[in-house]
Amino acid sequence: MDTKVSLSGLTLSNPVIPASGTFGYGREFAELYDINCLGSFAFKGTTLSPRFGNPQPRIAECCGGMLNAVGLQNPGIDHVIAHELQEIKTYFQKPVIANVSGFSIDEYVACCSKLDDCDNVGIIEVNISCPNVHNGGMSFGTQPESASEVTRAVKSVTKKPVYMKLSPNVTDIVSIARACESAGADGISMINTLMGMRIDLKTRCPVLANTTGGLSGPAVFPVALRMVYQVYEAVDIPIIGMGGVSSAGDVIEMMLAGASAVGMGAANLKDPFACKKAVEALPEAMEKYEINSLKDIIGGAHRG
Amino acid sequence: MKEVLFTVKENAAIAPGVFKMRLEGDTSAVTRPGQFVSISVESFFLRRPFSVCDRDRGSLTVCYRVTGGGTEKMSSLGRGERLSALTGLGNGFDTEKAGDRPLLIGGGMGATPLLYLARALVAEGKSVTAVLGFKTKAESILISELEKAGARVLVCTEDGSLGEKGIVTELMARTDYSYFYACGPEAMLRAVEKSAVSGGEMSLEAALGCGFGACMGCSIETISGAKRVCRDGPVFERGEVIWTQK
Repeated sequence: MDTKVSLSGLTLSNPVIPASGTFGYGREFAELYDINCLGSFAFKGTTLSPRFGNPQPRIAECCGGMLNAVGLQNPGIDHVIAHELQEIKTYFQKPVIANVSGFSIDEYVACCSKLDDCDNVGIIEVNISCPNVHNGGMSFGTQPESASEVTRAVKSVTKKPVYMKLSPNVTDIVSIARACESAGADGISMINTLMGMRIDLKTRCPVLANTTGGLSGPAVFPVALRMVYQVYEAVDIPIIGMGGVSSAGDVIEMMLAGASAVGMGAANLKDPFACKKAVEALPEAMEKYEINSLKDIIGGAHRG
Repeated sequence: MKEVLFTVKENAAIAPGVFKMRLEGDTSAVTRPGQFVSISVESFFLRRPFSVCDRDRGSLTVCYRVTGGGTEKMSSLGRGERLSALTGLGNGFDTEKAGDRPLLIGGGMGATPLLYLARALVAEGKSVTAVLGFKTKAESILISELEKAGARVLVCTEDGSLGEKGIVTELMARTDYSYFYACGPEAMLRAVEKSAVSGGEMSLEAALGCGFGACMGCSIETISGAKRVCRDGPVFERGEVIWTQK
């Protein structure tokens, strides 16, 4: 049985990729199991300057998932390159996916340009979809024009494959994906979290200090699946599909919709072994559904 | 950190809406008082974090207040039911700094981790005093357990229904101590930090996502940069936390 997949020339031993923001830099998980069993992993979203992020509380819960409003806490790109990326080499021998975010096109460009020389970065995932920061992140990902502008700008400063991470908080995600492809994106990562909120019945105030947060977890899986399915029909570049994926079965379903590789996010927070379990369960699931090679099922649910 | 499937041995109310649950299973990952466990409750997405109230080799105890659906479900669990928990989370208290007369300060449910801490300190030959503050007598917990563990216990309540009428910092001011360990509401911790006459440490509470340092959901600002309550804490030294204005 063949679990290998490929993303822009990068071969992954399997399609399972912990999603950015749910796996830190991998260290906490590497203490629990050998994370080299993963296809790759996307590290925590990084900006040019260090960021503390939003005030507390940043986490809320709901049926079938959770809300977060972390707000891109990270130590800044220079620190990540000098420390985290070097430390990753001691416990993860495969290329990682570098997730970057920004508040201006110049910031995206600066981050991507700095990552271009980093040998253990396989793919740059450009987050134009963070719902938890203002005047940045998602504002670039909600219009085809600005999505295209960011894509073109970062492509001009790096030779590494660039995957644009899209927001589901839009009217037409297909038009954004098409704009990224036309501007030279090597792939699409989708979806980021869905914007939501909770209100505390006792205080009658929003639970999150940021008022709103990003919904993730099993509750968003059907939405993510539908969007991957639609985008697959519209673009010819690979898709890393994510959103509520929790099991080997979900990984296969996401690939049938059109994903070449699959991110797992909130599942890691509930169960730190979730990705390992999904990787280990893949062969049995493939046998059950008569799949010889995972590559062969990408987009398999599309008729005609 | 270790994932352990525990068996519920006891789960009984010890005050209105407050339960004590004893879980049988592998407790080897819990190495210091002040650490916590994160319990998975059926049909709820996130795990629930609870500081370890007491432990021995084969079981550990948590105390919890029913505040929502998850803890309500926990309160209905009977003997013999199984629960998955991540254990040995967080840094815990540093008993080496105690000196010979450590003071334990607990506010409300914050008394919980102090029992395990008191046992550890008494075992190390320290003369342990605990000052506990509660809203009312009905809400008081763990007083006799702390006394049995060998601590001298002083109690105050906001309404005077048990012990002195007042707050813990008033009892603290009349106590002789070498170091303090505090757990309770943020307002109490800030007051303790301000009035203490020794070094000390405090266990914080936060809304956690993962509980093991991956999601950055519980970060706070400290004098040495952002720290995660779940992984770098929950115990922080006096003067370390930059309290946010409220």
